[in-house]
Amino acid sequence: MRAFSRLLDRLAFTPSRNAKLTLMRDYFRDTPDPERGWALAALTGALGFEVAKPSVIRRAIESRMDAELFALSHDYVGDLAETVALVWPAKGNAGTQEPELSEVVDTLQSALRHDVQRLLEDWLDALDADGRWALLKLLTGGLRVGVSARLAKQALASLRPIDVAEVEELWHGQHPPYEDLFAWLEHRSEKPSRTAPGRFRPVMLAQALDEAVDFEKLNAGDYAAEWKWDGIRVQAVSEHGVKRLFSRTGDDISHSFPDVIAGFCFEGIIDGELLVMHDGTVASFSELQQRLNRKSPDAKTITTYPAGVRAYDLLLENETDTRTLPFRERRSRLVALVARAKSPRLDLSPLVEFAHWPELAAIRANPPPGDPDRAEGLMLKRWDSIYEAGRPKGPWFKWKRDPHLIDAVLMYAQRGHGKRSSFYSDYTFGVWREDESGTRVLTPVGKAYFGFTDEELRELDRFVRNNTVERFGPVRAVRADRDFGLVLEVAFEGLQRSTRHKSGVAMRFPRINRIRWDKPSREADELATLERMLERG
Amino acid sequence: MKSMKPSDLLRPTPAGLCCVPGDFVIDPVRSVSRAVITHGHGDHARPGHGAVLATRETLAIMACCYGEDFAGSVQPARYGETTLHNGVEVTLVPAGHVLGSAQIVMRASGITAVVSGDYKRRRDPTCAPFEPVPCDVFVSEATFGLPVFRHPDDAGEIAKLLKSVAQFPERTHLIGVYALGKAQRLICLLREAGYEKPIYAHGALGKLNALYEAHGVKLGPLLPATLETTERFEGAIVLAPPDTLGERWSRRFADPLPVFASGWMRVKARARQRRVELPLVISDHADWDELIQTFEELHPEEVWLTHGEEQALLRWATLNGFCARALSLTGYGDEEEA
Repeated sequence: MRAFSRLLDRLAFTPSRNAKLTLMRDYFRDTPDPERGWALAALTGALGFEVAKPSVIRRAIESRMDAELFALSHDYVGDLAETVALVWPAKGNAGTQEPELSEVVDTLQSALRHDVQRLLEDWLDALDADGRWALLKLLTGGLRVGVSARLAKQALASLRPIDVAEVEELWHGQHPPYEDLFAWLEHRSEKPSRTAPGRFRPVMLAQALDEAVDFEKLNAGDYAAEWKWDGIRVQAVSEHGVKRLFSRTGDDISHSFPDVIAGFCFEGIIDGELLVMHDGTVASFSELQQRLNRKSPDAKTITTYPAGVRAYDLLLENETDTRTLPFRERRSRLVALVARAKSPRLDLSPLVEFAHWPELAAIRANPPPGDPDRAEGLMLKRWDSIYEAGRPKGPWFKWKRDPHLIDAVLMYAQRGHGKRSSFYSDYTFGVWREDESGTRVLTPVGKAYFGFTDEELRELDRFVRNNTVERFGPVRAVRADRDFGLVLEVAFEGLQRSTRHKSGVAMRFPRINRIRWDKPSREADELATLERMLERG
Repeated sequence: MKSMKPSDLLRPTPAGLCCVPGDFVIDPVRSVSRAVITHGHGDHARPGHGAVLATRETLAIMACCYGEDFAGSVQPARYGETTLHNGVEVTLVPAGHVLGSAQIVMRASGITAVVSGDYKRRRDPTCAPFEPVPCDVFVSEATFGLPVFRHPDDAGEIAKLLKSVAQFPERTHLIGVYALGKAQRLICLLREAGYEKPIYAHGALGKLNALYEAHGVKLGPLLPATLETTERFEGAIVLAPPDTLGERWSRRFADPLPVFASGWMRVKARARQRRVELPLVISDHADWDELIQTFEELHPEEVWLTHGEEQALLRWATLNGFCARALSLTGYGDEEEA
């Protein structure tokens, strides 16, 4: 278990994606079966232990330690698992073997509820502080080391190396501790069977359209257009009785959407957008957020935020893999399949009719009222394109609506992570509002940490250091008042009401569009401007 | 027969812990006429006193940091050597904290009081080990006086660092260390683990590294990391004072991986606050187990706690039949140095 606990400890402090990949790749390469397979299961969220509850951990520590000393320690550290890992007074039964991860998993899967505390105490006695932390995090089901299932699979793919799409496509036929998968990745055996029904198929992604260049090369008649919906991309699978809902990265999110799964009255695989819909009308993304990240929604959440899939492509129909058919053919099959399904949880994403590019541009700029008004923009798909995993250049384009722009004043800056750890690179910005006494004051409305070049980052960093008025740990407040301040033109995709922010608004995807060295701070925008956008949206 | 109470011998005052009959203050935080200094860290050894008694090494460290005229007069003492101050016998005994660190042992009218200063019980290749002295009053630090602070084995922490250097050969491992003690101990531990390449050091560490070498602590090949150069230090280990980690100085290095060596790194939130990517739990202070071990071994009539986390130790003392009190002295406990 030592290698696993060291890995978790490193991952927890490593912000960079590439460094995380290196750490995981090295671990998978250097750790034997079945140990690494169970670690992979833990990292991808496939392990869960019903019998181990925080109350067991509390009882265990209470039996070993003075309650007041524990309370002082818990107050200081904050986190229960971490506190217990640090203070655990081992009995000093020297020579006890550290348990392997596989031993913990095997034992717990067959353990009776009343045996768990004794097992836990024995393991805690045998492990060091890092090991105890890893064990307790594993038991309570929250590793929280900033690794998604997709990232773990990517590390896995780098062993062979192959594209992560190949691992994703196999994934749902494989089970912990994944010995066949590792054998194949290490060139020791054939590719494992991929015939398991209900597995994820890697998705096709679109290139961003460059208006300045692409239109000259593209023929309007070659492309279909449809709205780019503001939900999350999903894959709806209904194959030989196996019904699943996957995110675009292959995470199985079925458990969060039992209502959607129940509406899968078809045999095949649909590519579409997951949306909250009230009687066929799309709701805002913030309503969908009430459903995301909830492992098992209650009945009230399901009725308040009814979700469904808006279909735009077909990957499998009965036994036919349709991915090699042209889009035109897939589309007509999809139209028929959705019509046959007659499911209130499944509808069709309509095509947008247009004769030439200027006409489509006008539709994009002024979408008709209703659902299209909530769309993020348009998608263009070549009529003759096959469904190809990854992001091929040419067949699919996304053409987003122009972002909203606002001029805001830089208020606080925080040091970044990794390569940016010596730069103030995370910026909190604000706009003007009137306080109770009628004075114009700045109120923070968002935070952005990208959108600028390396050279601009150096200039922003210099500005922050030269104009700091106060420091709070890694955060600096910079001078920002009527007479002095740096104006940032901030671009963002949408605006939501928020009770968590003092200003009452929250932006989606804010980024620095331009640095307005020239603009006086008093001429930045007012909060009222944002409030009007909310009313319109 | 003991004719004196401990509080007649030693008393907390605003200037620091005062030996009343001996007429001196230990580690004074303000200017006094007669000072006895336990060790060279800035919160204990301050300039501007009249007469200073300390070990030869501590005096050298003070001269190195503050200049030769840091005090009116100095009196160097050898470990174990006893001198008389107004009828109080004063002996300096190794504390195992940093080079030259000493416990101050005071004997008068049959009473023995020991002021430990900062100390640790585990092995340190850069200084003499802590020597337990039986006493009536043991005055202890409590920097890590909570059961969560239990430092792991040094060698394991060094192994984590060396593994990371091997895993990320394209990055610079930039280690935040206190200039006195921690830097030299870390270098020695790396050498013991077989790391023979040059270790790069920020200019602020140069003088103290040289001082340690002059006192016989071998540090191996050291190179400055502060010269104007286009070198990116890929794969190198660079030591620097902790507060330079997030500063512009660190930009010369190849995708620096911030490391911090301190007892505080045991608690994850503390490491995150500092944006450390590789926390190393290496401390020059006694952890919870070492504090308890010391109290049990000496079993003094009274334990006095000077600075740090006192509450849990007071609770422990109550549970275990020790008489303990917290002095809550202010001015000690430099966050960076622990």
